[in-house]
Amino acid sequence: MADTNEILAGLAEIVAEETGLDAAEVTAEKSFTDDLDIDSLSMMTIVTLAEEKFDVRIPDEEVKNLTTVGDAVTFIEGAQK
Amino acid sequence: MTEVVVTGLGTTSPLGGDVATTWEGALAGRSGVSTLDNDWAETYGMAVNFAGQLAVQPSEVLSRPETKRMDPSAQMAIVATREAWADAGSPEVDPERLGAVVSSGIGGVWTLLSAWDTMKEKGASRVLPMTVPMLMPNSPAAYVSLELTARAGAHAPVSACASGAEAIAMGYEMIQQGRADVVVCGGTEAAIHPLPISSFAAMAALSKRNDDPQGASRPYDTERDGFVLGEGSGIVVLESAEHAAARGARVYAKLLGLGRTADGHHIAAPEPEGKGQTRAMQQALEMAGLAVTDIAHVNAHATSTPVGDMIEARAIRGLLGSHSDQVLLSATKSMTGHLLGGAGALESVFTIKALQERVAPPTINVTSPDPELEVDLVRDTPRALPAEGQLAAINNSFGFGGHNVALVFGTA
Repeated sequence: MADTNEILAGLAEIVAEETGLDAAEVTAEKSFTDDLDIDSLSMMTIVTLAEEKFDVRIPDEEVKNLTTVGDAVTFIEGAQK
Repeated sequence: MTEVVVTGLGTTSPLGGDVATTWEGALAGRSGVSTLDNDWAETYGMAVNFAGQLAVQPSEVLSRPETKRMDPSAQMAIVATREAWADAGSPEVDPERLGAVVSSGIGGVWTLLSAWDTMKEKGASRVLPMTVPMLMPNSPAAYVSLELTARAGAHAPVSACASGAEAIAMGYEMIQQGRADVVVCGGTEAAIHPLPISSFAAMAALSKRNDDPQGASRPYDTERDGFVLGEGSGIVVLESAEHAAARGARVYAKLLGLGRTADGHHIAAPEPEGKGQTRAMQQALEMAGLAVTDIAHVNAHATSTPVGDMIEARAIRGLLGSHSDQVLLSATKSMTGHLLGGAGALESVFTIKALQERVAPPTINVTSPDPELEVDLVRDTPRALPAEGQLAAINNSFGFGGHNVALVFGTA
């Protein structure tokens, strides 16, 4: 099980790979759409890769609630349990 | 008739990551074919363990996200497009007057098969959302359209190994029909994967000269035993002569005419008398308003198969008659291997360079020419085309399914 910081770092790595942004820019308060310019298809890719990395299930209907990177970290952390 | 000219060229090929290196390699008679840099042959028991692999991987020039969002076929097309577009001087053109026609013969085969591997290993939930946009055969055309904001139309005519030439033909038509002033067109292929190799090998279409990869592609040689799979992309920027002149663009050559026919004969074998091939060349000459005596050079489809090479050679001889003795014939697949959907486009780049520099590239590995060959084959070293006057050249491309495409280019 990964802790909050590990999840944030792992997610930032996935986002960085997908977008070309520096992983350091992918911080908890950033909005996927407004700050990181991630479209819905990229978001689905990030979700799929995160599911595999953290061994969790992120239902499609949940994805729309994941506004910020922090939202995703919180969801993944909860889903691990 | 609107005159159509070529103002930009781009490629990434087994001979080099750009036009300059690729053309230099071709004039030097260099082979871009090598033993596969992996263990597929051993792992899968493949009969063929070599190919014309790219000289420069797209991952060396594209960003990481770009390589993740595009199938290798689209990556190669984007590499070639960026070169061609810059080479054309990055023309300012209304997006609605700019077209993109980029074909692949096979499509996103790496993406499709990798996704299937993922699904078998990890289950359906691990299949990535970009799978469909990456595997669809129009993906390279769509990415080129996105890259340049080309909104006049984006197309991907598919006709196996004639696809790249057919894309250029369609680009010509977009300008002729008044749909566009500038069209970025060509072909791409990234099919060096165990499955396509094994599938072509199952047809006995590929050379099995594993102990001599560089000598395997030998069009017109009596010892030829099949084609060599290659990969890469060729892109040309076509432009109406008026548009090119208005912006003072450098013109490489003119695209004077094209011909397209179908054999209606067999799903893989060419019609033995090459009637469809002859008609395609005839149509192209007629559209160009040229006589056979105007042709100085032919870049042949010639893939190094025992049957195909001589059908084309006889068709050329039949059409050009005794003038064939004055025509310099080049089979550049001897150096690049066969780029399938990329072939007609890369070979158009070669044909255009040949006219621009008035030199025909060599055909390598021909140690014993087929005794039936009655066209003047350029062997081993380049040969000069006539230094004076207007010249024209034919680039032939034929595809499984009986697709025949002939393009006629002329000096600028």
